[in-house]
Amino acid sequence: MLAILVGLAAALGALARYLLDQFVGTRWESAFPWGTWVINVSGSFILGLITGLAVHHGLNAHVVSVLGTGVCGGYTTFSTFNFETIRLTEDGSLAGSLGNIAGSIASGLLAGAAGLGLALLI
Amino acid sequence: MATEADGHPFAARPRRRRQDPRVLGAVAAGGFLGGEARYLLGLAFPTAHGAFPATIFAINISGSFILALLLVLILEVWPPTKYLRPLLATGFCGAYTTFSTWMVDTDRLISAGRYGLAAANVLGSLLAGLAATTLGLACGRALVAYRRRRAEGPLIPAQQPDPSESEALR
Repeated sequence: MLAILVGLAAALGALARYLLDQFVGTRWESAFPWGTWVINVSGSFILGLITGLAVHHGLNAHVVSVLGTGVCGGYTTFSTFNFETIRLTEDGSLAGSLGNIAGSIASGLLAGAAGLGLALLI
Repeated sequence: MATEADGHPFAARPRRRRQDPRVLGAVAAGGFLGGEARYLLGLAFPTAHGAFPATIFAINISGSFILALLLVLILEVWPPTKYLRPLLATGFCGAYTTFSTWMVDTDRLISAGRYGLAAANVLGSLLAGLAATTLGLACGRALVAYRRRRAEGPLIPAQQPDPSESEALR
């Protein structure tokens, strides 16, 4: 039952990613993959918050599986991040590629830490 | 690779188009399967807190290889379809791999004082992910090149002069 719920949550996360990537892509036209960046950073913040609530406030493990593993895992994506980084390099934008790597990792780590920290304050 | 608007991952997309419910269904179905696969692998191969998150590492690296290979197949090998990319690439590979767990696991390794493991997780996943993506693209493109050569027919006989003619020229 929990496995089904996690799958449904991941489907929801994937849908949110698909729609948000389109939304960002149409409003923020750029060679830089802003859509994936927004998704991965916001998802890292939310997962940090959920993880922090589990560690410091005893959030139910099933809820963590559904929201963390399911929604956040389905929402954020590592494979697209890598694919877009390689594509930037192949399109001759080494700076864009390095910017995507450094920017995504730095802001992803900060966003995750901010979520974890916020859970401490709650 | 194809560079038409649909094939390019961040090309300008058509504005304000209505969502095709079947495409959304394909994304959701792929997302269900990808998330389920990641969840079940995590249950089968749990990693202790404070240890290197090997399961997520393996998932992310394999998913990066699969995505790159699939995108070449979808865009250049298989007959054009509307639903395969949302189902397999956006849905399955997107949900199978995860960026947020990579980041939060690293944050927790840092806060536990395990800086070496944190650095290994960030740099190891990054380098292995980029290598897996490059390898996936290379495998897909090698297949495309092989199919193209085969479709064009054998080139070797046409390039080699008839031995009897070359004998006669001497």
